Amino acid sequence: MNILLNNREEKFIQETISVSEMLLLKKFSFKMRIIKINGTLVSKENYDTTFIHDGDDVQMIYLMSGG
Amino acid sequence: MRIEYWILIITKHEKVSYLSGGFRPGKKCTMRYSEIKAHLSKFRIGIAGAGGLGSNCAVSLARSGVGTLVIADFDIIEEPNLNRQYYFTDQIGQKKTIALKENISRINPNVSVIIHQTKINRSNIVEFFSGCHIIVEAFDSAEMKEMLIETIQQNMPGIPLVVGSGMAGWGKTNDITCRKIDDTLYVCGDECSEVSEYLPPIAPRVGIVANMQANVVLELLMNIK
Repeated sequence: MNILLNNREEKFIQETISVSEMLLLKKFSFKMRIIKINGTLVSKENYDTTFIHDGDDVQMIYLMSGG
Repeated sequence: MRIEYWILIITKHEKVSYLSGGFRPGKKCTMRYSEIKAHLSKFRIGIAGAGGLGSNCAVSLARSGVGTLVIADFDIIEEPNLNRQYYFTDQIGQKKTIALKENISRINPNVSVIIHQTKINRSNIVEFFSGCHIIVEAFDSAEMKEMLIETIQQNMPGIPLVVGSGMAGWGKTNDITCRKIDDTLYVCGDECSEVSEYLPPIAPRVGIVANMQANVVLELLMNIK
């Protein structure tokens, strides 16, 4: 499948993967992040049960302490 | 983390969904400054946190003439805060919300300031900020940022949220950007500089991000007819 990940095209051999699997495959280990799929926010507790499909627009923001 | 950081850098250079580009003089905005001020005075902005981001963003919005600011924070001013927060030495020990309201009234008495001197949590966010046209996330800790973003995005659909993330240290001015995730979520900061003992938050970068957040708010307000 092909998805948009932070506005960049990304290819995965799988047809669909969970958010957790995507983070693992991309080696994204930083914990504090916000993920939105097609404009809908995915809570951390739903990373295992929410799936990414072909054509999805996945947006991530990194949350850093400080302010 | 290293690989991820590298990817982050690449995405930063290829950012496509930038903000709408602002107003080009003589092209889009047909309002005179008096009309712009009258327009801005009609809106209510929520500010979650009155520290480095919140106090500077609130002052910037107050100077711009935004009508109403709703500011929530439970904290008290301490001496180390003065390296970046909009308070004065004689205010040490005071509640941040009360001191900020006082400082704003000395800058622009026309701004109405509503304060909530309470720690923000999942159950009071919607109540505190209901009626706000835009909300500014101005917390210190990443966990609080996450909590606020989740709560507002899930329970206040359609309300734009302007987040600050990544502003520790000094220099690297051009790493600080402002990006639009979608119509309800904007992020200002470098998204990679985290505060630590060796990388403290200091006035310049915190002030840049706070004013960037205020600038996004103004841009969004000016797009409202």
